[in-house]
Amino acid sequence: MKAQSNLERVFAAGHFAVTGELGPPRGADAEVIKEKGQYLVGLVDSVNVTDNQTAVVRMASMAVCRLLLDMGLEPNLQMVCRDRNRLAIQADLLGASALGIKNVLCLSGDHQKFGDHPQAKNVFDIDSMQLIATCKKMRDEGKLINEHELEGVPHFFIGAAANPFADPFDFRVTRLAKKIEAGVDFIQSQCIYNMDKFRTWMQQANDLGLTEKCYIMAGITPLKSVGMARYMQKFVPGLDVPEEYIARLKGVEKKEQGAEGIKIAIEQIQEMKEMKGISGVHVMAIEWEEKVEEIVTGAGLLPRPEVS
Amino acid sequence: MVVGESKPIEEILAMVADFDKILLTGCKGCVTVCNAGGQKEVGILASALKIARKKEGREIQIDEVTLERQCDPEYIDQLEEPINNNSYDAVVSMACSVGPQYIAARYEDLLVFPALNTTFIGGSLEHGVWAEFCQACGACGIHNFGALCPIARCAKSLLNGPCGGSSGGKCEISPETDCVWHLIYDRMNRLGQLDKMANVVMFKDWTTSRDGGPRKIVREDLKQ
Ligand code: SF4
Ligand code: SF4
Repeated sequence: MKAQSNLERVFAAGHFAVTGELGPPRGADAEVIKEKGQYLVGLVDSVNVTDNQTAVVRMASMAVCRLLLDMGLEPNLQMVCRDRNRLAIQADLLGASALGIKNVLCLSGDHQKFGDHPQAKNVFDIDSMQLIATCKKMRDEGKLINEHELEGVPHFFIGAAANPFADPFDFRVTRLAKKIEAGVDFIQSQCIYNMDKFRTWMQQANDLGLTEKCYIMAGITPLKSVGMARYMQKFVPGLDVPEEYIARLKGVEKKEQGAEGIKIAIEQIQEMKEMKGISGVHVMAIEWEEKVEEIVTGAGLLPRPEVS
Repeated sequence: MVVGESKPIEEILAMVADFDKILLTGCKGCVTVCNAGGQKEVGILASALKIARKKEGREIQIDEVTLERQCDPEYIDQLEEPINNNSYDAVVSMACSVGPQYIAARYEDLLVFPALNTTFIGGSLEHGVWAEFCQACGACGIHNFGALCPIARCAKSLLNGPCGGSSGGKCEISPETDCVWHLIYDRMNRLGQLDKMANVVMFKDWTTSRDGGPRKIVREDLKQ
Protein backbone atom coordinates (compact mmCIF):
# COMPACT_ATOMS: atom_id res chain seq x y z
CA MET A 1 0.00 0.00 0.00
CA LYS A 2 1.29 3.39 -0.95
CA ALA A 3 -1.03 5.78 0.80
CA GLN A 4 -3.61 3.70 2.67
CA SER A 5 -6.36 5.87 1.27
CA ASN A 6 -9.82 4.39 1.24
CA LEU A 7 -9.77 4.41 -2.56
CA GLU A 8 -6.52 2.49 -2.68
CA ARG A 9 -7.82 -0.04 -0.16
CA VAL A 10 -11.03 -0.57 -2.14
CA PHE A 11 -9.01 -1.27 -5.28
CA ALA A 12 -6.53 -3.46 -3.45
CA ALA A 13 -9.33 -5.59 -2.01
CA GLY A 14 -10.52 -6.21 -5.56
CA HIS A 15 -13.72 -4.19 -5.40
CA PHE A 16 -15.13 -2.19 -8.30
CA ALA A 17 -14.48 1.37 -7.08
CA VAL A 18 -16.76 4.39 -7.35
CA THR A 19 -15.65 7.99 -7.13
CA GLY A 20 -17.71 11.14 -7.27
CA GLU A 21 -16.95 14.76 -7.93
CA LEU A 22 -17.66 18.02 -6.19
CA GLY A 23 -17.18 21.46 -7.68
CA PRO A 24 -16.38 24.07 -5.00
CA PRO A 25 -18.53 27.24 -4.92
CA ARG A 26 -17.61 30.66 -6.27
CA GLY A 27 -17.70 32.06 -2.78
CA ALA A 28 -16.61 31.48 0.80
CA ASP A 29 -19.70 29.67 2.07
CA ALA A 30 -18.70 26.36 3.68
CA GLU A 31 -22.38 25.39 3.97
CA VAL A 32 -22.49 24.79 0.21
CA ILE A 33 -19.83 22.11 0.60
CA LYS A 34 -21.81 20.44 3.36
CA GLU A 35 -24.97 20.43 1.26
CA LYS A 36 -23.30 19.07 -1.85
CA GLY A 37 -21.12 16.65 0.11
CA GLN A 38 -24.15 15.25 1.95
CA TYR A 39 -25.48 13.84 -1.33
CA LEU A 40 -22.36 11.72 -1.70
CA VAL A 41 -21.95 10.27 1.81
CA GLY A 42 -22.03 6.48 1.66
CA LEU A 43 -22.31 6.43 -2.12
CA VAL A 44 -18.71 6.78 -3.28
CA ASP A 45 -15.27 5.69 -2.14
CA SER A 46 -13.65 9.05 -2.74
CA VAL A 47 -14.72 12.49 -3.98
CA ASN A 48 -12.71 14.48 -6.50
CA VAL A 49 -12.56 18.15 -5.60
CA THR A 50 -11.94 20.24 -8.69
CA ASP A 51 -9.24 22.91 -8.78
CA ASN A 52 -10.42 26.16 -10.37
CA GLN A 53 -12.19 23.99 -12.90
CA THR A 54 -12.50 25.43 -16.43
CA ALA A 55 -10.23 28.22 -15.15
CA VAL A 56 -12.99 29.77 -13.06
CA VAL A 57 -12.02 30.96 -9.58
CA ARG A 58 -13.60 28.83 -6.88
CA MET A 59 -12.94 27.96 -3.26
CA ALA A 60 -9.52 26.28 -2.93
CA SER A 61 -9.60 22.57 -3.58
CA MET A 62 -7.40 21.82 -0.58
CA ALA A 63 -9.71 23.64 1.82
CA VAL A 64 -12.74 21.84 0.44
CA CYS A 65 -10.93 18.51 0.75
CA ARG A 66 -10.42 19.20 4.45
CA LEU A 67 -14.10 20.12 4.88
CA LEU A 68 -15.03 16.81 3.27
CA LEU A 69 -12.73 14.89 5.60
CA ASP A 70 -14.59 16.50 8.49
CA MET A 71 -17.81 15.09 7.02
CA GLY A 72 -16.35 11.59 6.80
CA LEU A 73 -15.88 11.73 3.03
CA GLU A 74 -12.53 10.84 1.51
CA PRO A 75 -11.35 13.53 -0.86
CA ASN A 76 -9.26 13.34 -3.99
CA LEU A 77 -7.39 16.61 -4.39
CA GLN A 78 -7.32 17.79 -7.99
CA MET A 79 -4.29 19.91 -8.76
CA VAL A 80 -3.61 21.82 -11.96
CA CYS A 81 -0.29 23.17 -13.26
CA ARG A 82 -1.87 26.30 -14.71
CA ASP A 83 -2.03 28.28 -11.47
CA ARG A 84 1.14 27.39 -9.57
CA ASN A 85 4.83 26.85 -10.16
CA ARG A 86 6.95 24.06 -8.73
CA LEU A 87 7.46 25.92 -5.46
CA ALA A 88 3.75 26.37 -4.86
CA ILE A 89 2.87 22.87 -6.08
CA GLN A 90 5.28 21.15 -3.73
CA ALA A 91 4.31 23.39 -0.84
CA ASP A 92 0.62 22.61 -1.47
CA LEU A 93 1.31 18.89 -1.66
CA LEU A 94 3.08 18.96 1.69
CA GLY A 95 0.25 20.98 3.20
CA ALA A 96 -2.38 18.67 1.73
CA SER A 97 -0.68 15.66 3.24
CA ALA A 98 -0.47 17.37 6.62
CA LEU A 99 -4.22 18.00 6.42
CA GLY A 100 -4.86 14.29 5.93
CA ILE A 101 -5.42 14.28 2.16
CA LYS A 102 -4.25 11.02 0.61
CA ASN A 103 -5.38 11.08 -3.00
CA VAL A 104 -4.12 13.55 -5.59
CA LEU A 105 -5.21 13.91 -9.19
CA CYS A 106 -2.52 15.49 -11.36
CA LEU A 107 -3.79 17.66 -14.22
CA SER A 108 -2.38 20.23 -16.61
CA GLY A 109 -5.53 22.35 -16.31
CA ASP A 110 -7.76 23.98 -18.89
CA HIS A 111 -6.30 27.07 -20.49
CA GLN A 112 -7.60 30.27 -18.88
CA LYS A 113 -8.84 31.61 -22.20
CA PHE A 114 -12.41 30.46 -21.54
CA GLY A 115 -12.33 30.99 -17.79
CA ASP A 116 -13.43 33.96 -15.71
CA HIS A 117 -9.99 35.63 -15.67
CA PRO A 118 -8.76 35.36 -19.26
CA GLN A 119 -6.37 38.26 -18.50
CA ALA A 120 -4.39 36.07 -16.10
CA LYS A 121 -0.79 35.01 -16.62
CA ASN A 122 -0.61 31.24 -16.64
CA VAL A 123 2.22 29.27 -15.12
CA PHE A 124 2.78 25.81 -16.62
CA ASP A 125 6.21 25.64 -15.03
CA ILE A 126 5.74 21.86 -15.01
CA ASP A 127 3.13 19.75 -16.80
CA SER A 128 0.78 17.01 -15.58
CA MET A 129 3.27 14.27 -16.41
CA GLN A 130 5.94 16.00 -14.35
CA LEU A 131 3.44 16.64 -11.56
CA ILE A 132 2.87 12.89 -11.33
CA ALA A 133 6.65 12.43 -11.13
CA THR A 134 6.83 15.11 -8.43
CA CYS A 135 4.26 13.34 -6.23
CA LYS A 136 6.06 10.04 -6.73
CA LYS A 137 9.46 11.46 -5.95
CA MET A 138 8.16 13.05 -2.76
CA ARG A 139 6.48 9.83 -1.70
CA ASP A 140 8.99 7.18 -2.78
CA GLU A 141 12.26 9.02 -2.37
CA GLY A 142 11.21 11.47 0.31
CA LYS A 143 12.68 14.28 -1.76
CA LEU A 144 11.67 17.47 -3.48
CA ILE A 145 12.33 17.97 -7.19
CA ASN A 146 15.65 19.60 -6.26
CA GLU A 147 16.73 16.48 -4.32
CA HIS A 148 16.23 18.17 -0.96
CA GLU A 149 15.36 15.55 1.68
CA LEU A 150 11.95 16.01 3.28
CA GLU A 151 11.37 15.96 6.98
CA GLY A 152 8.07 14.14 6.90
CA VAL A 153 7.16 12.34 3.71
CA PRO A 154 3.71 12.77 2.11
CA HIS A 155 2.00 9.52 1.17
CA PHE A 156 -0.21 9.99 -1.83
CA PHE A 157 -2.24 7.63 -3.94
CA ILE A 158 -1.42 9.27 -7.26
CA GLY A 159 -4.02 9.77 -9.95
CA ALA A 160 -4.23 11.39 -13.34
CA ALA A 161 -6.74 11.87 -16.12
CA ALA A 162 -6.77 10.29 -19.55
CA ASN A 163 -8.82 11.32 -22.53
CA PRO A 164 -9.17 8.56 -25.11
CA PHE A 165 -11.22 10.90 -27.30
CA ALA A 166 -8.59 13.55 -27.87
CA ASP A 167 -6.37 13.45 -30.92
CA PRO A 168 -4.27 11.89 -32.31
CA PHE A 169 -6.09 8.74 -31.21
CA ASP A 170 -3.15 6.41 -31.88
CA PHE A 171 -1.03 8.31 -29.38
CA ARG A 172 -3.58 8.17 -26.55
CA VAL A 173 -2.54 4.79 -25.23
CA THR A 174 1.13 5.81 -25.40
CA ARG A 175 0.32 8.86 -23.30
CA LEU A 176 -1.38 6.58 -20.78
CA ALA A 177 1.79 4.45 -20.71
CA LYS A 178 3.83 7.61 -20.11
CA LYS A 179 1.68 8.53 -17.12
CA ILE A 180 2.22 5.06 -15.70
CA GLU A 181 5.95 5.39 -16.27
CA ALA A 182 5.86 8.76 -14.51
CA GLY A 183 4.31 7.04 -11.51
CA VAL A 184 0.53 7.12 -11.63
CA ASP A 185 -1.43 4.63 -9.51
CA PHE A 186 -4.90 5.25 -10.92
CA ILE A 187 -6.48 6.90 -13.92
CA GLN A 188 -9.86 8.56 -14.27
CA SER A 189 -10.97 8.90 -17.85
CA GLN A 190 -12.69 11.81 -19.52
CA CYS A 191 -16.51 11.45 -19.73
CA ILE A 192 -17.24 8.58 -22.06
CA TYR A 193 -20.05 8.62 -24.59
CA ASN A 194 -18.44 7.00 -27.61
CA MET A 195 -18.36 3.45 -26.27
CA ASP A 196 -16.85 1.95 -29.43
CA LYS A 197 -13.85 4.21 -29.31
CA PHE A 198 -13.47 3.63 -25.58
CA ARG A 199 -13.51 -0.14 -26.08
CA THR A 200 -10.78 0.16 -28.71
CA TRP A 201 -8.63 2.25 -26.36
CA MET A 202 -9.15 -0.21 -23.52
CA GLN A 203 -8.25 -3.07 -25.82
CA GLN A 204 -4.97 -1.31 -26.64
CA ALA A 205 -4.32 -0.67 -22.93
CA ASN A 206 -5.01 -4.32 -22.12
CA ASP A 207 -2.80 -5.54 -24.97
CA LEU A 208 0.11 -3.45 -23.68
CA GLY A 209 -0.42 -4.75 -20.16
CA LEU A 210 -1.13 -1.25 -18.87
CA THR A 211 -4.25 -2.29 -16.99
CA GLU A 212 -2.07 -4.53 -14.85
CA LYS A 213 0.05 -1.56 -13.86
CA CYS A 214 -2.59 0.94 -12.76
CA TYR A 215 -6.27 1.06 -11.91
CA ILE A 216 -8.40 2.56 -14.66
CA MET A 217 -11.70 4.21 -13.83
CA ALA A 218 -14.22 5.01 -16.55
CA GLY A 219 -15.59 8.55 -16.48
CA ILE A 220 -19.38 8.77 -16.53
CA THR A 221 -21.38 11.99 -16.78
CA PRO A 222 -25.15 11.67 -17.13
CA LEU A 223 -26.61 13.78 -19.91
CA LYS A 224 -29.31 16.12 -18.57
CA SER A 225 -30.88 17.14 -21.83
CA VAL A 226 -30.50 17.31 -25.60
CA GLY A 227 -29.16 20.84 -25.12
CA MET A 228 -26.36 19.73 -22.82
CA ALA A 229 -25.48 16.82 -25.11
CA ARG A 230 -25.27 19.12 -28.13
CA TYR A 231 -23.19 21.65 -26.22
CA MET A 232 -20.70 19.00 -25.16
CA GLN A 233 -20.60 17.61 -28.67
CA LYS A 234 -19.94 20.97 -30.30
CA PHE A 235 -18.05 23.09 -27.81
CA VAL A 236 -16.04 20.92 -25.47
CA PRO A 237 -12.77 20.04 -27.22
CA GLY A 238 -11.87 16.40 -26.79
CA LEU A 239 -15.40 15.22 -26.01
CA ASP A 240 -17.13 12.83 -28.34
CA VAL A 241 -20.94 12.54 -28.04
CA PRO A 242 -22.37 10.18 -30.67
CA GLU A 243 -25.69 10.97 -32.37
CA GLU A 244 -27.11 7.70 -31.06
CA TYR A 245 -27.41 9.08 -27.51
CA ILE A 246 -28.78 12.39 -28.71
CA ALA A 247 -31.42 10.50 -30.65
CA ARG A 248 -32.36 8.58 -27.49
CA LEU A 249 -32.79 11.80 -25.52
CA LYS A 250 -34.81 13.31 -28.37
CA GLY A 251 -37.01 10.23 -28.38
CA VAL A 252 -38.54 11.10 -24.99
CA GLU A 253 -40.52 14.09 -23.74
CA LYS A 254 -38.47 17.05 -22.69
CA LYS A 255 -39.12 16.58 -18.97
CA GLU A 256 -38.13 12.94 -19.27
CA GLN A 257 -34.77 13.67 -20.88
CA GLY A 258 -32.91 13.81 -17.55
CA ALA A 259 -34.31 10.40 -16.58
CA GLU A 260 -33.28 8.99 -19.94
CA GLY A 261 -29.78 10.43 -19.43
CA ILE A 262 -29.55 8.65 -16.09
CA LYS A 263 -30.74 5.43 -17.71
CA ILE A 264 -27.96 5.75 -20.28
CA ALA A 265 -25.39 6.37 -17.54
CA ILE A 266 -26.54 3.26 -15.67
CA GLU A 267 -26.31 1.14 -18.82
CA GLN A 268 -22.79 2.47 -19.42
CA ILE A 269 -21.75 1.57 -15.88
CA GLN A 270 -23.20 -1.93 -16.28
CA GLU A 271 -21.05 -2.38 -19.35
CA MET A 272 -17.98 -0.94 -17.60
CA LYS A 273 -18.39 -3.47 -14.79
CA GLU A 274 -17.91 -6.24 -17.34
CA MET A 275 -15.15 -4.60 -19.35
CA LYS A 276 -11.68 -6.09 -18.99
CA GLY A 277 -9.21 -3.74 -17.34
CA ILE A 278 -11.76 -1.37 -15.81
CA SER A 279 -11.42 -1.14 -12.03
CA GLY A 280 -14.13 1.37 -11.28
CA VAL A 281 -16.21 4.31 -12.42
CA HIS A 282 -15.79 8.01 -11.82
CA VAL A 283 -19.27 9.54 -11.71
CA MET A 284 -19.19 13.23 -12.57
CA ALA A 285 -22.72 14.50 -12.09
CA ILE A 286 -21.92 18.11 -12.81
CA GLU A 287 -24.15 20.36 -10.66
CA TRP A 288 -26.39 17.32 -10.31
CA GLU A 289 -24.93 15.73 -7.19
CA GLU A 290 -28.40 14.82 -5.93
CA LYS A 291 -28.72 12.27 -8.74
CA VAL A 292 -25.63 10.26 -7.82
CA GLU A 293 -27.66 8.07 -5.48
CA GLU A 294 -30.10 7.11 -8.22
CA ILE A 295 -27.22 6.30 -10.58
CA VAL A 296 -25.14 4.18 -8.21
CA THR A 297 -28.25 2.43 -6.88
CA GLY A 298 -29.47 1.72 -10.41
CA ALA A 299 -26.07 0.38 -11.38
CA GLY A 300 -26.01 -1.97 -8.36
CA LEU A 301 -22.96 -0.34 -6.82
CA LEU A 302 -24.36 -0.09 -3.28
CA PRO A 303 -23.54 -0.62 -0.54
CA ARG A 304 -19.97 0.62 -0.81
CA PRO A 305 -17.47 -1.77 0.75
CA GLU A 306 -15.97 -1.07 4.17
CA VAL A 307 -12.32 -2.01 3.81
CA SER A 308 -9.89 -1.72 6.65
CA MET B 1 12.51 37.94 -36.59
CA VAL B 2 10.82 40.11 -34.02
CA VAL B 3 7.24 40.60 -35.16
CA GLY B 4 5.23 43.60 -34.13
CA GLU B 5 2.10 45.44 -35.13
CA SER B 6 0.99 49.02 -34.96
CA LYS B 7 -0.89 50.13 -31.90
CA PRO B 8 -4.40 51.40 -32.68
CA ILE B 9 -4.25 54.95 -34.02
CA GLU B 10 -6.44 56.18 -31.15
CA GLU B 11 -3.86 54.99 -28.64
CA ILE B 12 -1.05 56.77 -30.47
CA LEU B 13 -3.13 59.93 -30.83
CA ALA B 14 -3.73 59.93 -27.09
CA MET B 15 0.03 59.54 -26.48
CA VAL B 16 0.84 62.64 -28.51
CA ALA B 17 -2.27 64.64 -27.58
CA ASP B 18 -0.28 67.29 -25.71
CA PHE B 19 2.44 67.72 -28.34
CA ASP B 20 2.80 69.93 -31.39
CA LYS B 21 6.09 68.68 -32.77
CA ILE B 22 7.32 65.12 -32.73
CA LEU B 23 9.92 62.92 -34.39
CA LEU B 24 8.59 59.65 -35.74
CA THR B 25 11.32 57.05 -36.09
CA GLY B 26 11.15 53.83 -38.11
CA CYS B 27 13.55 50.90 -38.27
CA LYS B 28 14.86 49.04 -41.32
CA GLY B 29 15.24 45.78 -39.39
CA CYS B 30 12.60 43.19 -38.46
CA VAL B 31 9.69 45.62 -38.36
CA THR B 32 10.32 46.62 -41.97
CA VAL B 33 10.14 42.96 -42.95
CA CYS B 34 6.88 42.48 -41.08
CA ASN B 35 5.43 45.69 -42.51
CA ALA B 36 4.91 47.32 -39.15
CA GLY B 37 7.55 50.00 -38.66
CA GLY B 38 9.63 50.58 -41.79
CA GLN B 39 9.94 53.74 -43.85
CA LYS B 40 6.63 53.09 -45.57
CA GLU B 41 4.71 52.61 -42.33
CA VAL B 42 6.35 55.70 -40.84
CA GLY B 43 4.97 57.72 -43.75
CA ILE B 44 1.53 56.21 -43.40
CA LEU B 45 1.33 56.79 -39.64
CA ALA B 46 2.63 60.36 -39.95
CA SER B 47 -0.10 61.22 -42.49
CA ALA B 48 -2.79 59.56 -40.42
CA LEU B 49 -1.78 61.43 -37.27
CA LYS B 50 -1.56 64.75 -39.14
CA ILE B 51 -4.99 64.31 -40.72
CA ALA B 52 -6.57 63.38 -37.39
CA ARG B 53 -5.01 66.37 -35.64
CA LYS B 54 -6.01 68.71 -38.43
CA LYS B 55 -9.61 67.55 -37.96
CA GLU B 56 -9.32 68.42 -34.30
CA GLY B 57 -8.16 71.89 -35.34
CA ARG B 58 -4.74 71.50 -33.77
CA GLU B 59 -2.11 70.67 -36.33
CA ILE B 60 0.97 68.67 -35.42
CA GLN B 61 4.39 68.77 -37.02
CA ILE B 62 5.84 65.33 -37.57
CA ASP B 63 9.36 64.75 -38.86
CA GLU B 64 10.20 61.31 -40.14
CA VAL B 65 13.39 59.33 -40.00
CA THR B 66 14.00 55.61 -40.47
CA LEU B 67 17.19 54.17 -38.98
CA GLU B 68 19.20 51.19 -40.18
CA ARG B 69 18.34 49.62 -36.84
CA GLN B 70 17.26 50.96 -33.47
CA CYS B 71 18.75 48.10 -31.44
CA ASP B 72 22.32 49.23 -31.92
CA PRO B 73 23.85 52.36 -30.32
CA GLU B 74 25.84 52.95 -33.49
CA TYR B 75 22.65 53.59 -35.46
CA ILE B 76 21.02 55.63 -32.71
CA ASP B 77 23.78 58.12 -33.59
CA GLN B 78 21.76 58.91 -36.71
CA LEU B 79 19.26 60.67 -34.42
CA GLU B 80 21.86 63.22 -33.21
CA GLU B 81 21.33 65.58 -36.05
CA PRO B 82 17.54 65.84 -36.13
CA ILE B 83 17.19 65.84 -32.35
CA ASN B 84 19.93 68.41 -31.70
CA ASN B 85 18.65 70.76 -34.39
CA ASN B 86 14.99 70.66 -33.42
CA SER B 87 13.11 71.02 -30.22
CA TYR B 88 10.84 68.00 -30.35
CA ASP B 89 8.21 67.54 -27.69
CA ALA B 90 8.65 63.80 -27.98
CA VAL B 91 9.97 60.92 -30.06
CA VAL B 92 7.66 58.14 -31.19
CA SER B 93 9.42 54.94 -32.20
CA MET B 94 8.04 52.44 -34.65
CA ALA B 95 10.81 49.93 -33.99
CA CYS B 96 10.27 46.90 -31.81
CA SER B 97 10.26 47.93 -28.16
CA VAL B 98 14.04 47.75 -27.97
CA GLY B 99 14.19 50.92 -30.09
CA PRO B 100 12.30 53.32 -27.80
CA GLN B 101 14.36 52.05 -24.85
CA TYR B 102 17.60 52.77 -26.69
CA ILE B 103 16.39 56.26 -27.57
CA ALA B 104 15.29 56.90 -23.98
CA ALA B 105 18.68 55.73 -22.71
CA ARG B 106 20.47 58.09 -25.08
CA TYR B 107 18.27 61.17 -24.53
CA GLU B 108 17.62 61.42 -20.83
CA ASP B 109 15.37 64.47 -21.05
CA LEU B 110 13.29 63.41 -24.00
CA LEU B 111 9.86 61.80 -23.83
CA VAL B 112 9.75 58.58 -25.84
CA PHE B 113 6.71 56.54 -26.88
CA PRO B 114 6.29 53.13 -28.55
CA ALA B 115 4.01 53.08 -31.59
CA LEU B 116 4.13 49.32 -31.96
CA ASN B 117 3.15 46.39 -29.86
CA THR B 118 6.12 44.06 -30.04
CA THR B 119 4.37 40.76 -30.30
CA PHE B 120 6.59 37.72 -30.74
CA ILE B 121 9.56 36.01 -32.33
CA GLY B 122 8.12 34.46 -35.42
CA GLY B 123 7.82 34.40 -39.15
CA SER B 124 5.31 34.90 -41.93
CA LEU B 125 2.99 32.11 -42.95
CA GLU B 126 1.62 33.87 -46.00
CA HIS B 127 1.35 37.47 -47.12
CA GLY B 128 -0.11 39.42 -44.20
CA VAL B 129 -0.04 36.53 -41.72
CA TRP B 130 2.62 36.00 -39.07
CA ALA B 131 2.89 33.44 -36.29
CA GLU B 132 4.93 32.83 -33.17
CA PHE B 133 7.66 30.20 -33.29
CA CYS B 134 10.01 30.84 -30.37
CA GLN B 135 9.78 32.17 -26.85
CA ALA B 136 13.52 32.65 -26.38
CA CYS B 137 13.75 30.16 -23.52
CA GLY B 138 17.51 30.33 -23.86
CA ALA B 139 18.10 26.58 -24.12
CA CYS B 140 16.73 25.36 -27.42
CA GLY B 141 15.59 21.76 -27.40
CA ILE B 142 13.38 21.56 -30.46
CA HIS B 143 15.40 18.70 -31.96
CA ASN B 144 13.71 16.54 -29.33
CA PHE B 145 10.32 17.49 -30.71
CA GLY B 146 10.70 17.06 -34.44
CA ALA B 147 12.18 20.57 -34.70
CA LEU B 148 8.92 22.16 -33.58
CA CYS B 149 8.76 24.26 -30.42
CA PRO B 150 6.25 23.13 -27.78
CA ILE B 151 7.19 25.98 -25.46
CA ALA B 152 6.19 28.78 -27.77
CA ARG B 153 3.59 26.95 -29.84
CA CYS B 154 1.68 24.85 -27.29
CA ALA B 155 -0.81 27.03 -25.40
CA LYS B 156 0.32 25.38 -22.16
CA SER B 157 4.02 24.94 -23.04
CA LEU B 158 3.62 21.24 -22.33
CA LEU B 159 6.65 19.02 -22.72
CA ASN B 160 4.56 15.86 -22.74
CA GLY B 161 1.64 16.68 -25.00
CA PRO B 162 -0.72 16.52 -26.70
CA CYS B 163 -3.12 17.21 -23.85
CA GLY B 164 -6.70 16.01 -23.64
CA GLY B 165 -7.96 19.13 -25.39
CA SER B 166 -6.31 18.39 -28.73
CA SER B 167 -9.04 17.94 -31.29
CA GLY B 168 -8.78 17.40 -35.04
CA GLY B 169 -5.28 18.88 -35.13
CA LYS B 170 -6.42 22.03 -33.35
CA CYS B 171 -5.75 23.38 -29.88
CA GLU B 172 -8.41 23.59 -27.19
CA ILE B 173 -8.00 27.37 -27.09
CA SER B 174 -9.25 27.95 -30.64
CA PRO B 175 -10.17 26.14 -33.83
CA GLU B 176 -7.84 28.66 -35.52
CA THR B 177 -4.80 27.49 -33.55
CA ASP B 178 -2.89 24.39 -34.57
CA CYS B 179 -2.10 21.93 -31.80
CA VAL B 180 1.66 21.88 -32.15
CA TRP B 181 1.74 18.57 -30.33
CA HIS B 182 -0.36 17.03 -33.08
CA LEU B 183 2.17 18.41 -35.58
CA ILE B 184 5.00 17.01 -33.47
CA TYR B 185 3.31 13.62 -33.44
CA ASP B 186 2.83 13.60 -37.21
CA ARG B 187 6.40 14.62 -37.84
CA MET B 188 7.90 12.14 -35.38
CA ASN B 189 5.76 9.51 -37.04
CA ARG B 190 7.14 10.39 -40.50
CA LEU B 191 10.66 10.46 -39.12
CA GLY B 192 10.17 7.01 -37.58
CA GLN B 193 10.83 8.45 -34.12
CA LEU B 194 7.55 7.75 -32.34
CA ASP B 195 9.44 5.67 -29.79
CA LYS B 196 11.07 8.90 -28.60
CA MET B 197 7.63 10.28 -27.81
CA ALA B 198 7.06 7.42 -25.39
CA ASN B 199 9.66 8.81 -23.00
CA VAL B 200 8.61 11.10 -20.19
CA VAL B 201 10.30 14.47 -20.61
CA MET B 202 11.27 15.73 -17.18
CA PHE B 203 11.38 19.21 -15.65
CA LYS B 204 12.67 22.07 -17.73
CA ASP B 205 15.30 24.34 -16.24
CA TRP B 206 13.95 27.85 -16.77
CA THR B 207 17.02 29.67 -15.48
CA THR B 208 18.06 30.48 -19.04
CA SER B 209 14.63 31.92 -19.75
CA ARG B 210 13.23 35.25 -18.56
CA ASP B 211 12.49 33.53 -15.24
CA GLY B 212 16.20 33.70 -14.41
CA GLY B 213 16.03 37.50 -14.55
CA PRO B 214 16.84 39.87 -17.42
CA ARG B 215 19.38 38.21 -19.67
CA LYS B 216 22.65 39.31 -21.13
CA ILE B 217 25.15 37.72 -23.47
CA VAL B 218 28.81 38.60 -23.11
CA ARG B 219 31.05 37.51 -25.97
CA GLU B 220 34.62 37.95 -24.79
CA ASP B 221 35.90 37.19 -28.28
CA LEU B 222 34.09 40.24 -29.65
CA LYS B 223 34.48 42.67 -26.75
CA GLN B 224 37.02 45.41 -27.18
S1 SF4 C 1 12.96 25.60 -27.31
FE1 SF4 C 1 13.31 27.68 -26.50
S2 SF4 C 1 14.81 28.61 -27.88
FE2 SF4 C 1 14.01 26.78 -28.93
S3 SF4 C 1 12.33 27.56 -30.21
FE3 SF4 C 1 11.44 26.96 -28.26
S4 SF4 C 1 11.43 28.78 -26.97
FE4 SF4 C 1 12.80 29.15 -28.71
S1 SF4 D 1 -4.35 21.22 -27.51
FE1 SF4 D 1 -2.22 20.92 -28.17
S2 SF4 D 1 -1.35 22.98 -28.36
FE2 SF4 D 1 -3.25 23.17 -27.20
S3 SF4 D 1 -2.63 23.08 -25.06
FE3 SF4 D 1 -3.13 20.97 -25.66
S4 SF4 D 1 -1.22 20.07 -26.37
FE4 SF4 D 1 -0.90 22.29 -26.27
